[in-house]
Amino acid sequence: MSEVNNAYLLKELEEQFAASIYSAEEPYGMLTIELDRKDIAPAIQYLKDHAVLKFNFLTDVCGAHFPDKMGKELSTIYHLHSFTNNIRLRIKCYMPLADPTIASVSAIFNGANWQERETFDFFGIEFLGHPNLKRILNVEEMEYFPMRKEYPLEDQTRTDKDDTYFGR
Amino acid sequence: MSTIKITEAPPGLEGSGFFATSLDKAVGLARANSIWPLPFATSCCGIEFMATMASNYDLARFGSERISFSPRQADLLMVMGTISKKMGPVLRQVYLQMAEPRWVIAVGACASSGGIFDSYSVLQGIDKVIPVDVYVPGCPPRPEQIIDGIIKIQELVKNESLNRRESAEYKALMASYGIQ
Repeated sequence: MSEVNNAYLLKELEEQFAASIYSAEEPYGMLTIELDRKDIAPAIQYLKDHAVLKFNFLTDVCGAHFPDKMGKELSTIYHLHSFTNNIRLRIKCYMPLADPTIASVSAIFNGANWQERETFDFFGIEFLGHPNLKRILNVEEMEYFPMRKEYPLEDQTRTDKDDTYFGR
Repeated sequence: MSTIKITEAPPGLEGSGFFATSLDKAVGLARANSIWPLPFATSCCGIEFMATMASNYDLARFGSERISFSPRQADLLMVMGTISKKMGPVLRQVYLQMAEPRWVIAVGACASSGGIFDSYSVLQGIDKVIPVDVYVPGCPPRPEQIIDGIIKIQELVKNESLNRRESAEYKALMASYGIQ
């Protein structure tokens, strides 16, 4: 199994998705690729079904908001782990704020179900094909996505504090 | 000679073989010294409450021997800890299940005002969803402070007029919270 390393992993990915991989780097030894969002579900399916790589575990799905990256404001990050090869992979997909949609991978890894709901809850990223995409942690009546960097940190419903003492 | 101090009788007329006082005062005296609290403890203030009711501080000295874990049998709702917005309706439901007369004490900064959690997920004080009688400051308050809050509640209970809960003012207060 020693032949499975980051170089081999990247080679196998580029054979299949060369046009969609925008960049690849290895921060602290963990291969991190930026992938076009249209290929996220096929890429994860490919990595799971690959005879050698066997990425059988989706560690995490999460979101991030970069208000200054024009056209790439929102992103979802996928962490994959191959237990048999003990190798990990991070995939980042960017999308514009105006169109925050990406394919759901919950049909491939059932564990993605709640993680995608949480990402939707906090960042408003819509996972197309998700069986039950609704808020998971916040109150259902909430009308905004609190982890987007569009809002002041403090709760705006607060009435008992004098703003001048809190730098607002 | 015992050093145990018992509650003093309310002011009234006393003569040989009789004692007369108003019903308000007699009922208030009985109620104030037998408050059944319902602890609604969500975080560190709840730990301070545990110390308050345990042997060192002994809340039972103030007539609150019996902690009620059913809202239907409780007189005093003690909210101790951070209440998230998602918890708000639950707290309100607990309050609605309590029978009149009922009192509410908000223990600690979070229950009183949201505390340091000035955030999208936290209710900025329980008085956004239910009326509160006494606020205890502190983060968390010491047991002495909680006892002080209970004594303040006792004063309110002792001096409350028997028909306060029927008054227009009280009904307007309830209506402002959308209750009844």
